[in-house]
Amino acid sequence: MTSTQFDALLPYTLLAAASLVVILLIAFRRSHTVIQVVGFMLMCMVIAALVKVRPILPVSIPPLFRIDGLALLFTALIVFCVLIIGLFSFIYFEEREENPKEYYILLFLSTLGATILTISVHFISFFIGLELLSVSLYALVAYLRTRNNAVEAGMKYLVLAALSSAFLLFGMALIYMDKGTMDLTAIVPSDSILFVMGAGIMVVAIGFKLALVPFHLWAADVYQGAPTPVTSFIATVSKIGVFAVLLRFAQSIHLQQYPKVSIIFVVLAIASMIAGNLLALLQQNVKRLLAYSSIAHFGYLLVSFMTVGKEGTQAAVFYLLAYSIALLAAFGVIILLSTRQKEAEDLSDYRGLFWKRPVIAAVFTIALLSLAGIPLTAGFPAKFFVLASGVRQHLWLPVIVLVLTSIVGFYYYLRVIGVLFAEASGAEEEKEGTLQPFFYAAIYTTLVVLTVLSFWLGILPGSTADGIRELLVIG
Amino acid sequence: MILAVMIEILLIGGVLCWLAARWSAAAVKWIALAALLTDLGLSAWCWFQYRDPGAPWFIDFRTGWIPSFGIGFHLALDGLSLVMLMLTFFLGTLAVLCSWKEIKERTGFFFFCLLWTLAGISGVFVAMDLFLFYFFWEVMLVPMYFLIALWGDTRRRYAAYKFFIFTQTGGLLMLLSILALYFIHGQNSGVYTFDYFGLLNTAMDASVSKWVVSGFFIAFAIKLPVVPFHNWLPDAHSEAPTAGSLVLAGLLLKTGAYGILRFVLPLFPGDSAAIARWAIPLGVIGIVYGAVLAFSQTDLKRLIAYTSVSHMGFVLLGIFSYREIAMQGTVMQILTHGISTGALFVMAGMLKERLHTRDLGLMGGLWTGLPYTGGVFMLFTMASLGLPMLGNFIAEFLILLGAFSVSPVLTVLASGGLVLSALYSLRMAQKVFLGPMRGGTGVKDLSGREWLLLAAMSISIVALGLFPQPVIDLVRPVVRLLVSN
Repeated sequence: MTSTQFDALLPYTLLAAASLVVILLIAFRRSHTVIQVVGFMLMCMVIAALVKVRPILPVSIPPLFRIDGLALLFTALIVFCVLIIGLFSFIYFEEREENPKEYYILLFLSTLGATILTISVHFISFFIGLELLSVSLYALVAYLRTRNNAVEAGMKYLVLAALSSAFLLFGMALIYMDKGTMDLTAIVPSDSILFVMGAGIMVVAIGFKLALVPFHLWAADVYQGAPTPVTSFIATVSKIGVFAVLLRFAQSIHLQQYPKVSIIFVVLAIASMIAGNLLALLQQNVKRLLAYSSIAHFGYLLVSFMTVGKEGTQAAVFYLLAYSIALLAAFGVIILLSTRQKEAEDLSDYRGLFWKRPVIAAVFTIALLSLAGIPLTAGFPAKFFVLASGVRQHLWLPVIVLVLTSIVGFYYYLRVIGVLFAEASGAEEEKEGTLQPFFYAAIYTTLVVLTVLSFWLGILPGSTADGIRELLVIG
Repeated sequence: MILAVMIEILLIGGVLCWLAARWSAAAVKWIALAALLTDLGLSAWCWFQYRDPGAPWFIDFRTGWIPSFGIGFHLALDGLSLVMLMLTFFLGTLAVLCSWKEIKERTGFFFFCLLWTLAGISGVFVAMDLFLFYFFWEVMLVPMYFLIALWGDTRRRYAAYKFFIFTQTGGLLMLLSILALYFIHGQNSGVYTFDYFGLLNTAMDASVSKWVVSGFFIAFAIKLPVVPFHNWLPDAHSEAPTAGSLVLAGLLLKTGAYGILRFVLPLFPGDSAAIARWAIPLGVIGIVYGAVLAFSQTDLKRLIAYTSVSHMGFVLLGIFSYREIAMQGTVMQILTHGISTGALFVMAGMLKERLHTRDLGLMGGLWTGLPYTGGVFMLFTMASLGLPMLGNFIAEFLILLGAFSVSPVLTVLASGGLVLSALYSLRMAQKVFLGPMRGGTGVKDLSGREWLLLAAMSISIVALGLFPQPVIDLVRPVVRLLVSN
C-alpha cells in the first residue's frame, strides 16, 4: 500500500479507530457525557479528514476499494447523519438511564460498515461492509431490550437480514461461477442463466436493505420497535450505504443498457411508490408512517437511479441529502417529545402541538413539507431534479406514477400537519426537563440548523447541486 | 426590481405579523394593512408611470438563480400583469380589512398565511421563468390550505384537503409539462432554459405538444375551474373564512385564467385550435351548469361559489374565441368578477357574523334591520347579473360580442346563462333581504370599517362599468399579441 492510498483511507481509519477509542474509554471512565463529547469530536475529525483527502482523489486500492468523488459524497452524507444521530442518542438514552455506553461502539461500527459500502468495488468488501452494518444493527435494534416491541423488532430484523445476507452470498457465488471474477468493475453482464439468476438474487438482498416493495415487510415493525435514534439510523445511514454500492455497481456495469435488469428496477420503483404511499395513508403511528413514507421515497429515488450518467447520480445524491435532513428533523422532534415511559409515536400525542410548542411543531411541519416536496423546502428541488432526470430519459411510466403517488403522499403529510395545528386537547402533561438545559439547547439548535439547511437547499439549491456535480467528476 | 420589492414586502410583512403577535394583536393588523397599502401604492405608481404603454413590457428584471439548470429569477411586467397585480393588492387590502374583527384567535399566524398567499399570487402574475412560476404557484397553496383548515367553518378539514389535493394534482402535471418543454427546447436548440421568452416558439411534434399542452391546460382548468374539475370550489369557498373566500374567488381563480392567457396560448399556438374545440363547449356548459346549481343552493356562500363557476365559463369562452374584443372582455371579466363576487363573499361574511348562519332558509326580511347592507348587497347582486352601468355588463357583453362571430349557437346558449344569472341573483337577494322577517332583529348595520370596505368596492365596480377604457388601453398590446398568434 502506498502512502497515497494510506492517506486516502484516513477517514475510514479514523472511523474504525472511533469504536476502539470508545471501548478504551469505557474501560477507563464510564461516563456518558465523556463518550458523547469524544464521539462528536471524532466525527468532526472524520469530516475534516474527508476535506483533507479530497485533493488526492481518486485513489484506487485494488482489488477491494476505490475512493472517488461518489464515495466521498456518500461518506460525507453518512457521517453528517451520524453526527446528528449521535446528538439525538445522547438525550434519548440519558433520559432512559439505561447503560448506553456500548451503544456508541455499535453505532460507530455500523457507520464504518456503511462507509465501507460506499468505497467498495469488490464482492468481498461489499459483503464485509454490509455485515459490519447489519450485525451491529441487530444489537442496536433490540438495544432497549426491556421495552415491549424491542425484542420482536430485533428478531424480525435479525432473521430477515440474515436471510437476505444468505441471498446476497448465493447471488455473488453464482455470478462468480459464471464470470470468474468478484471485481464489480470487471463484470460484464450477459444473458447467461447463471448471471441473471445471480443478479436477480442479489437484487432481493439489496431490495431488503432498502426496504423496497415487496421486500419491505420488516420496515414498519422495526421502525416502530427500535429506539428512535436507531430508527433514524436505519432510515438514513444504512439505506444511504446500500444505495451507494448499488449505484456504483450499476454504473460500473452500465446496468441501464440491459433492459431485462432495468425492467426489474422499474417494477420495484413503481411497486414501492404505490405501496409505500398507500400503506402510509391510514397510519396512526408516526414512526410507522415515516417507515412507509421512506419506502415510497426510495421508490422515487430509484427513478433517478435508472437514468444514465451524472445527472441521475446528482439528482439521487441531492435527493438523499434533502431526505436525510427532513427525516432527521422529524425523528429529532419525536425524540424530543418522547418521555421515559413512552415514545411519542401516536398521532394523538401531536394534537395541537403548534399552539403548545411552536418551535418544535414548526420544525416538524417543515420536515413534513420537505418530505412532501413543497417549495421553499429542500424536498422541492430534490423532487424536481429527480423528475427532470426521469423526463430527460423519457421514463414516462415511472415519472407519472411518481407524480400521482406523491399526490397520495400529500394527503398523509397534510393529515399529520392538520393534527399539529388542531385545537389542543385540554389536559396536557408538561414533560419536565430531567436533563441539563444545555442538552435541550443543543438539540433545539440542531433542529433549527436542520430547518435552516432545508430552507437554504430549497431556496438556493444551485450551489449545492454544483458542488455535488464537481465532486462526481472526480473519478 | 420594484416587482421583487413588492413581493418581498408581503413576505417580510407576513413574518413580522407572526412575530408581532406575541406583543400585540392590534399591531399585527396594522402591519398587514401597511404592507398591502404600500404595495397598492407601488402598483398604482407603476400604472401612473406606464399608463401610456409604448413597449409591451414595462419592467424586466432578471438575475441568476440556479444557472446550471437554466433557471433564472426573472420578473417582468406588462399591461396584463399590472392589472392583475393591482387587483391582487386591492383585494388583499380589503381582505385584511374584512378580517379585522372576524379573526380573534391566532391573529399573527392568520395574517402571516394571508400575506404569504398574496405574495405567491403576485409572484405568479409577474414570474417569467417557468420554474419560478411553478415555485410561486406552489407557494400560495400551503398558506391557503392553512387559512381554510384553521379558520374555516365546520367542514373545514375536508374542504382544505380537497382544495390542496385538486390543485396540487394540476400543479404536478404542469411541472411534468414544464420539464418536457424544457428538454424538448434544449434538445432542439442546445440551450437549456426555463425562461419564458426563451421557450416561446419551441418547435414540437403535434403528437408530443398535445400531451405537453394538456398538462398546462389541466392545471389551469382546475384553478379556473372548468366544469369537470370544479368539484373543490364550492367546498373551499363556503368553508373558508371571509378573507379566504375573497382571496379564493377574487384572485386564486384568476391565476388559472392568467395562466391560460400567459402560457397556454403563446407557448402552444399550434394547439390552440384543438383546445378551443373542447374549451368553448366546456365554457358554455360551465355557464349553464353553474347557474343551475347556484339557483338550487340553500347555503348563501355555496350559492355565490357556484356563480363563480358560471362566470368563469365566460372567461373560458372569451379566451378561446380568439377575438380581440372577447379577450378584452375576458380581462374585464377577471377584474369585475373579482370585485363583485369578492364583495358578495364579504357581505356573506358580515351576515354570518351577525346571524351566525349561512342558511338562506334562516334569513329573510333583513332589509328592515339592515337597510344599508341591503342596498349595497343589491348593487352587487345587480353587478353579478350583468346590469348595464356596472363593470360585469361590459365584460360579458364584450365576450359575447366577440364569441358570436366564432360560434353563434354556443354564444346564444351562453347568453341564456345571463337570464339564469338574473334568476339566481334575484332569488338570492329576495331570500336574504325581502319577504317576511326571520330572525336578525336587533343587529347592527354597517360599521365605519365596513362602510369603507364596501364603498371602495362599489366605487370601483361602478367606475369600471362607466370608464372601462383605461383598462382596455392598458392591456391592448398584450391582447393584440395574443390574437395575432
